[in-house]
Amino acid sequence: MNKLESIDLNLYYSDFHALKNVSMAVKANTVAALIGPSGCGKSTYLRTFNRMNDLIDNVKIDGGVLLDGKDIYDKAVVTDELRKQVGMVFQKPNPFPKSIYENVAYGLRVNGINNKKILDESVEKSLQQSALWDEVKDKLKKSAFELSGGQQQRLCIARALAIEPTVILMDEPASALDPISTSKIEELIYELKKKYTIVIVTHNMQQAGRVSDYTAFFYMGSLIEYGETKEIFTNPKNQQTQNYITGRFG
Amino acid sequence: MKARKIKEKIIESILLASSSITSITVLLIVVFLFSQGVSLFGDSTVEKGSVMAVNKNNPVKELTGSQIKEIFDQNVVYWNEIGGKKDTIILFRIDDIGNYYSDEEIGENFEGLSECVSRLVDSIPGILAYFPEKYLSKNFKGKVLPLEKVSLKTLFKGKEWFPSAQPAAQIGAMPLILGTLWVSLGAILLALPLGLATAVYMSDIAHGKVRRVMKPLIELLAGIPSVVYGFFGLIVIVPLVQQVFNLPVGETALSGSIVLGIMALPTIITVSEDAMRNTPRAMKEASLALGATKWQTIYRVVIPCSASGITAGAILGIGRAIGETMAVLMVTGNAAVIPHTILEPVRTIPATIAAELGEAAQGGLHFKALFALGCILFIITLIINLLVESISASNKHKSH
Amino acid sequence: MSSTIASRKRRNEQIAFWLFRLLSFGVVAILFYILYFLVSNGIKAISWEFITQMPEDGMTKGGIYPAIIGTLYLVAGSMIFAFPIGVASAIYINEYTKDGVLKKIIKQMTNNLAGIPSIIFGLFGMALFVNQLKFGDSILAGSLTLGLLALPVVIRTTEEALKAVPDTFRQASLGLGASKWQTTSKVVIPIAFPNIITGLILSIGRVSGETAPILFTVAAYFLPKLPQSIFDQVMALPYHLYVITTSGTNVAESRPMAYGTALVLIVIVLIANLLANALRKYFGKKVKMN
Ligand SMILES: Nc1ncnc2c1ncn2[C@@H]1O[C@H](COP(=O)(O)OP(=O)(O)O)[C@@H](O)[C@H]1O
Ligand SMILES: [Mg+2]
Repeated sequence: MNKLESIDLNLYYSDFHALKNVSMAVKANTVAALIGPSGCGKSTYLRTFNRMNDLIDNVKIDGGVLLDGKDIYDKAVVTDELRKQVGMVFQKPNPFPKSIYENVAYGLRVNGINNKKILDESVEKSLQQSALWDEVKDKLKKSAFELSGGQQQRLCIARALAIEPTVILMDEPASALDPISTSKIEELIYELKKKYTIVIVTHNMQQAGRVSDYTAFFYMGSLIEYGETKEIFTNPKNQQTQNYITGRFG
Repeated sequence: MKARKIKEKIIESILLASSSITSITVLLIVVFLFSQGVSLFGDSTVEKGSVMAVNKNNPVKELTGSQIKEIFDQNVVYWNEIGGKKDTIILFRIDDIGNYYSDEEIGENFEGLSECVSRLVDSIPGILAYFPEKYLSKNFKGKVLPLEKVSLKTLFKGKEWFPSAQPAAQIGAMPLILGTLWVSLGAILLALPLGLATAVYMSDIAHGKVRRVMKPLIELLAGIPSVVYGFFGLIVIVPLVQQVFNLPVGETALSGSIVLGIMALPTIITVSEDAMRNTPRAMKEASLALGATKWQTIYRVVIPCSASGITAGAILGIGRAIGETMAVLMVTGNAAVIPHTILEPVRTIPATIAAELGEAAQGGLHFKALFALGCILFIITLIINLLVESISASNKHKSH
Repeated sequence: MSSTIASRKRRNEQIAFWLFRLLSFGVVAILFYILYFLVSNGIKAISWEFITQMPEDGMTKGGIYPAIIGTLYLVAGSMIFAFPIGVASAIYINEYTKDGVLKKIIKQMTNNLAGIPSIIFGLFGMALFVNQLKFGDSILAGSLTLGLLALPVVIRTTEEALKAVPDTFRQASLGLGASKWQTTSKVVIPIAFPNIITGLILSIGRVSGETAPILFTVAAYFLPKLPQSIFDQVMALPYHLYVITTSGTNVAESRPMAYGTALVLIVIVLIANLLANALRKYFGKKVKMN
């Protein structure tokens, strides 16, 4: 069964038609990469999966988005429950002005878990999964701002893992980082795939090739081509896709 | 080429001169305020050219201004209440001389008056005589009391403000300082919760449309002159307070706090709303993406992130309230006594200056005392402003 | 278990939001009521005669013409003084100084001046202009006092206006060999001008309602004639409102006069705000298009 799926999805910012009839499905425990030129709607599409666009005034959505076969835009769905299942990592690391520990514990605390033992365990586990534990285990009480950019981003990943989602959305998670931090994040994605379904927006073609199983190419709000990453990169069916991945793009 | 350079220089110096005007003004304000205010100290509260004298056997060495007032108000009637013997205090003013001596003894042109006063003071052990210095004879047989000089203690410890009292002016600023603090604190206690709630609502809960209506209304109300608020307070709030609490008069500290609170609302709302809206969008999104509700995001992320901005707004509100003059003058009843409850009339420092400066003789004790009040007010508001600035400066540091 | 937590989360949010909605609507209701009360009562008192005639019968009848004129004089007088000086010092701060001690001192002092309560301006104006410089209670003394009070407002708004001018304009002009002053006067000021004027209008709104600074420097209790020179006293709207509500000959009978005066003051502030907003919008668009 498909973990995530969108059917004839349209999204409007006031009059601006930002997503046009996007239909696509992501299988469980795979990584799907969204690529395309800047402004083509990758972030917008990504944010329909955890209904982050709901926060913007005058957004109109029609069509369906399914998580485990259920429509997440159904009236009965509560957004904060949905977001517990669908975690998100943003382009720029955005830790809270709190301690490292409290950053990771945040998602649990807002869900009513204040038991110290449970929190301790979960914080450690999440930091280990995001490969940050060894670097921070002695300074959990320190402010998150004392970490480097790459560490902050891995902290944000740990923060998202702590609430035990099944899907993780990543919006250009490495674009603000140096090459070493970037490769750490990429390794991490490879590890996380075993437990989670991941959708990642990226600007970087090589990155998409390295980390993803499937790749979707967007252009001006439309999904142009979607398929196995190997196929897309070696044998694209669409001329626009070919132009884009070979760098011959206007 | 040279002409152009000279012109540039001239213009630059004109601009520099203009920009120094604010600094010069602040310095001049300090100079004028403090030179008048400080000259108060060293003056005597008893009218110039008058003497206080007692019998030579009276052990009392000096009287403070407030003791003199208590005696003349007949609240103190025995010398032992103020450190003397057990005698009754017998007050003597120069007009009373006819009760003791005949017109012949005094003389047609008062030539014998000094002698009479001297004899009288010598003959009555419990006397306290208050008379013009010119009737003090050279061989006066009584004891002239040294006149108390106004000191910081008189000003800050004195419990009464009655600067035109005879024979000794009472210039205790205590009731006025307390009145100012009571009224301002009351105002903030009322305005802060309401203002913060409104700010939260406007920045993070309300629809864009609602906000676009509320914001200009609140800005408009920030611009309405304080005298108009005072007028509204006098006509609406004062009778309301009187009725609700069943009071003889509605002009009370509470009325002042309510009016000031309403006036402080726009400041508190605008400043804290700005602070909350400055919370980085990424912070809010991170919280929501972790499954927090909007409300959890507000109190766990937005409010902590904007805490210093909110504090600055609150302190700024207090500062405005402390310095506010007209509205308070119109609704607090202006009784210069130390308040016991908020349902009594009080008087604040600015209101006192506004009400009394017109009737105080220039250069007199009262006039100087009002300038001293101005100094106190200046110092309080300066401290508050510096506090606000240091808070917002440390805030800027953090966000960079 | 988790569903009870989820529903508790939701319930807390509901309660909090309703509380906040209630409190804010309460606040808005109070503020609206004040406006409504003053406007509805004021409108009954206002007529053509009210704004064009002298007060009569111990200020219980007639109009408030001299107070309006007096306030106009004071506003004009204070702005003649504060506007050029304020704009000049903002130009100096923003265009001529680098970040440093001098700039810090000037800004700090401007902030300090802005924080001083208006009654202290009254004390100072009386001590300096009325007594020391012997202007007496006069338009001159009152205008200077009000001007000093308005100075920080003008400086701040002008500074904001200048800051909003992108640096590229300055660099372009300097790059063409223009001098600093030429750049400032021919490029920066014209672009910033609408916002500077907005600041001027807002200061006018502020100054016209100030009472404490004019109490002892210019305001007359009752003066049924117009001033002849800048050394005359005048009546002024805010002071007039104050005296007829607190110490007029017949407070109850002059109530309609008071309502009318309050409304005139509110209308001045309202016009100032609307005008400022309109200007901001109108020129905001224009600058962007350029
Ligand atoms: N909040 C918004 N309001 C209006 N238009 C928006 C908003 N966010 C994005 N857009 C527009 O939608 C289009 C897609 O944006 P986005 O999804 O951020 O692109 P990408 O992530 O592919 O660079 C862009 O043209 C952008 O200008
Ligand atoms: Mg994007």
